[in-house]
Amino acid sequence: MSTNHLNYILRLADNAMILGQRLSEWCGHGPILEQDIAITNIALDFIGQARNLYQYAAEVEGKNRTEDDFAFLRDPLDYKNVLLVEQPNGNWGQTIMRQFLYDSFNFYFYNNLKNSTDTQLAAIAEKSLKEIKYHLRYSSEWVVRLGDGTEESHQKMQTALDDLWMYSGELCTPDALDEEMHKAGIGVDLAAIQPLYQEKINTTFAKATLQIPDNNWMQSGGKQGKHSEHLGFILTEMQYMQRTYPNVEW
Amino acid sequence: MSKKNWPLWEVFIRSKQGLNHKHVGSLHAANADMAIENARDVYTRRKEGVSIWVVESTHITANNPDESEEFFEPATDKVYRHPTFYDLPDEVKHI
Repeated sequence: MSTNHLNYILRLADNAMILGQRLSEWCGHGPILEQDIAITNIALDFIGQARNLYQYAAEVEGKNRTEDDFAFLRDPLDYKNVLLVEQPNGNWGQTIMRQFLYDSFNFYFYNNLKNSTDTQLAAIAEKSLKEIKYHLRYSSEWVVRLGDGTEESHQKMQTALDDLWMYSGELCTPDALDEEMHKAGIGVDLAAIQPLYQEKINTTFAKATLQIPDNNWMQSGGKQGKHSEHLGFILTEMQYMQRTYPNVEW
Repeated sequence: MSKKNWPLWEVFIRSKQGLNHKHVGSLHAANADMAIENARDVYTRRKEGVSIWVVESTHITANNPDESEEFFEPATDKVYRHPTFYDLPDEVKHI
């Protein structure tokens, strides 16, 4: 097993970990009780997926590291998640918009990943997909509800889309590692899922009466470990216990 | 948390095929679709169900508790109306 294979698994794990951590910040702060439960439920799904992937990464690496080592003892530069998932929660609409953009990508990504020649990755994809399908349903309905809601909710959703749009380009744009893993039959062909993703967001934004921004300049770098200022703060909070009391156990 | 509440919905869950939907509780939601989603997250996280019904609470008509006497008490002294005079086999469940 190559280093690139390991890094590819870590990318997927980091996306799930960081988004799960971000969403868990809503715990106890949801706009109403039912949504508080729903969003933290989704957070737990992502953390569960991250665990599966980190465990597999540890196995692939074969150096006696554990899932916890990957989550709690790596620095921002080591994290390979896309920039979108580390963006702040903002208001409920911003969280929903971030979630929708990610879920649209994530659904087609995992749908494709279940055909991976790496049988373990394919199995994780198959298992995660049931949760991801629900996430997409949930965030799509919320985007339409708020986008096509009141004047105020529409305005907030349009602002959220305008603000987050530049972080969406990275999702379906392959870099060298994506290409290599796709050619090896392990990874997902991002070029193949791009039109499906595009179609999904187009139809949903049309229903939600939201305009995709004209600005096509896209920020990127997360996959290579070049992050926005937010990731450091997320990791500081998430890793606090393990950094302060090394090797502490529950 | 917002002070303006969405309407209240009553939630009914069928725990497995062949059983009736049972009332499990209530929750707030802006519309029926959202009520179903909320019910899924609030009441079925631990595999409690295979089917969900929701009904807006205002659509439920209930009897007046003050009238309990004339409603229910006449039945209590008519034991012959109750199927208590034979034993049910153990295999018969959910009765």
